[in-house]
Amino acid sequence: MNRREFTKAMLACGAAIPFGITRAAGQTRGGTLNTIIQPEPPVLVTALNQQQPTLTLGGKIYEGLLKYGADLKPMPGMAQSWEISPDGLTYTFKLFPGITFHDGKPMTSEDVVFSCMKLLVETHPRARQNFSRVASAEAPDPLTVVFKLKQPFAPFIGCFDCTSAPIVPKHIYDGTDYRKNPKNDKAIGTGPFKLKEWVRGSHVHLVRHDGYYLKDQPYLDEIVYRVIPDAASRALALENGTVQLVQWSDVEFYDVQRFKAQKNLEFTTKGYEYFAPHQWLEMNNRIAPMNDKRFRQAVMHLIDREAFSKRVYFGNAKVATGPISSKTRFYDPNVKRYEFSVDKAKALLDDMGLKPGANGKRAEIKYIVPPYGESYQRAGEFFRQSFARVGIDLVLVGTDMAGWAEKVGNWDYEMTQNLLYQLGDPALGVARTYISSNIKKGILFSNTQGYSNPEVDKLFDEAAITLDAARRQELYSKVQQILVEDVPVAWTLEIEYPIIYDKAFKNIVTTGIGSHETFGSVYKS
Amino acid sequence: METVRAFLRHPSGMIGLVLLLVVVVVAIIAPMVFPVSPWEMVGAPFTPPGEDGLWLGGDTLGRDVAAGVAYGARVSLLIGIASALAAMAIGVVIGAISGYFGGKVDLVLMRMTELFQTIPAFVLAILLVATFNPSLLTIILTIGAVSWPPLARLTRAEFLRLRHREFVEAALCQGERTWRIVLGHILPNAISPILVVTSLTVATAILLESALSFMGLGDPNLMSWGFMIGAGRTVIRNAWWMSVFPGLAILLTVLAINLFGEGLSDVLNPRVSRRRS
Repeated sequence: MNRREFTKAMLACGAAIPFGITRAAGQTRGGTLNTIIQPEPPVLVTALNQQQPTLTLGGKIYEGLLKYGADLKPMPGMAQSWEISPDGLTYTFKLFPGITFHDGKPMTSEDVVFSCMKLLVETHPRARQNFSRVASAEAPDPLTVVFKLKQPFAPFIGCFDCTSAPIVPKHIYDGTDYRKNPKNDKAIGTGPFKLKEWVRGSHVHLVRHDGYYLKDQPYLDEIVYRVIPDAASRALALENGTVQLVQWSDVEFYDVQRFKAQKNLEFTTKGYEYFAPHQWLEMNNRIAPMNDKRFRQAVMHLIDREAFSKRVYFGNAKVATGPISSKTRFYDPNVKRYEFSVDKAKALLDDMGLKPGANGKRAEIKYIVPPYGESYQRAGEFFRQSFARVGIDLVLVGTDMAGWAEKVGNWDYEMTQNLLYQLGDPALGVARTYISSNIKKGILFSNTQGYSNPEVDKLFDEAAITLDAARRQELYSKVQQILVEDVPVAWTLEIEYPIIYDKAFKNIVTTGIGSHETFGSVYKS
Repeated sequence: METVRAFLRHPSGMIGLVLLLVVVVVAIIAPMVFPVSPWEMVGAPFTPPGEDGLWLGGDTLGRDVAAGVAYGARVSLLIGIASALAAMAIGVVIGAISGYFGGKVDLVLMRMTELFQTIPAFVLAILLVATFNPSLLTIILTIGAVSWPPLARLTRAEFLRLRHREFVEAALCQGERTWRIVLGHILPNAISPILVVTSLTVATAILLESALSFMGLGDPNLMSWGFMIGAGRTVIRNAWWMSVFPGLAILLTVLAINLFGEGLSDVLNPRVSRRRS
């Protein structure tokens, strides 16, 4: 060590002491978080668009009344406390005092009532479902909101996070055409970060909202969301530290393994509990041979889902056992299990009379490959090989996004793959796929496969309006048993998206909403 | 016979022919060497070349890259030849009509040909394939539809050259029917440059098909080289073999066809030959 190095080392020690003290005192202020937004969202107002990139970015700008932990229990958001009347009809929220919008105007209960009852029911399909159950919403004083429901709806308390019910300023939107409001470009919310600039095709720059109501928060000075369309470049940006956080499918599954090993990075699959992405092979139940339960059961036996997870998702997925994700409430593992068995599949197909023809083929089925990237293509190829083992020809058909949505929405398909979020409660995220009242032509993510079973309808309906958790579990266990027996869709995997971030950043994942969260408490050490 | 002998003495032409024969043989024996479908996941994902009995390694799903390359030869040759023939059919008919009749017919047909020539072939091909769902037939027709203009112009030039030669005039004087003059007298004399250009069109057709498959616009049910590169491209940093071997296959095949086509050209048109022997 020469003299210069020695001085440097001494200085470093000196610097470390006060630094250590501030750290011990709590979270440090300042710092920039660089991350990725992929693909670039069309708009940042989460009330108007609920695609994943919009929610990820808009989650910093717009807040909800509540947050949900990894266990999906409600936590304070903008509401510091809440009360549910014993009959399950009245929900009273007390807001934090001193909440302001980014334009400086105060946020009051009037804004909440306006957002939930007027704006969101027009622009947010999921919120429309939830708030259509409300008989009246009132704002008795600026910090109190009271919702009165028409009838009890147990998961109503799960409808208030920033993705389900973002609060927008009434003074900007009331009486305007919401989607054409010129202030949409400004994206004015109450979140810890506000929009500074959005350079299309390049980046979205968020800076600290100084009037934020939680003491000292946000700790970060700014967050920059970079638009990087190419997957390899995104991986490279994380590798060389240009970005310090990636979420959802920013980094492709085949790269995830590599980053798990990189020392300065933290890897987690937590922070997706609210969404619990659940994936299945969708079969149009209206068309032969998919209209026969035995055929659909055979499909469950045909797909080696362990291998599917390993080969297509590189192990970033867990085998699904039924309609409800193991990460969601009311999951019941005690259902019929379909182990990988070509013989059992063959027996079922023989039993239903779908025997091999002269050329050894049992059937030819068209499979529409969802145009959402490579893993979907690989999945189609995996399924085709699985079906070939019993003499079923799966013909892959490529299409574009509009084509896929059009075909699946209008039931003009035989098989495809689908992935839906569970949204924290079976009544919100699961029932929609199986109840017959949700067989709606032209609407994606409804009961598109056309499964209809009055008993399932009854169980889902009753479970939604039952308040007692034990009774709900009973109902959902029953419904899971029936569905797993009937196999309306062949559940494949619970996809485990990663969140990978630089270890210097703390509190990245604090709730079940993960990277959609406000990031007010994120700090750099 | 003389032509064949001349070709046998043509060194680069022979190299092309031998390489091409190798590709053809690989395409023919693929099902015997690799009895399992190239889509079957026979090994562990990311198997490096030489391990687990996979000579050229396994791809991201554990499919045999060697089997893929072999079966890809069938797809590439089939699509290459079929779409070159389609292009020839369109090009020769349009060029022949244009060159033989001349006048307004020529004017209209040639303006149409120019219209096609001004649109970049690959962009038009993407548009066509994306509009009609990608399948073997639509890909062949698409590549044919974007590759015919050079053939039409060549045929027209040949027909213009031969149209007023004595033997054609003689046939006309004898009162022979138009189609007999075109098919019996002019076309046989124009065929050699057309064959040469058609053989070179096979090479561009193979490249076009690979490019389409690379972009995910190939027939998803066919294992083709372009598809393999497209699928392996994303992991090229960890697994070079998934894209390099099919890439080499494309390189060799296209090179072989080009060498063969040039040899053919030199032998069939000794006067315009670029060879100074």
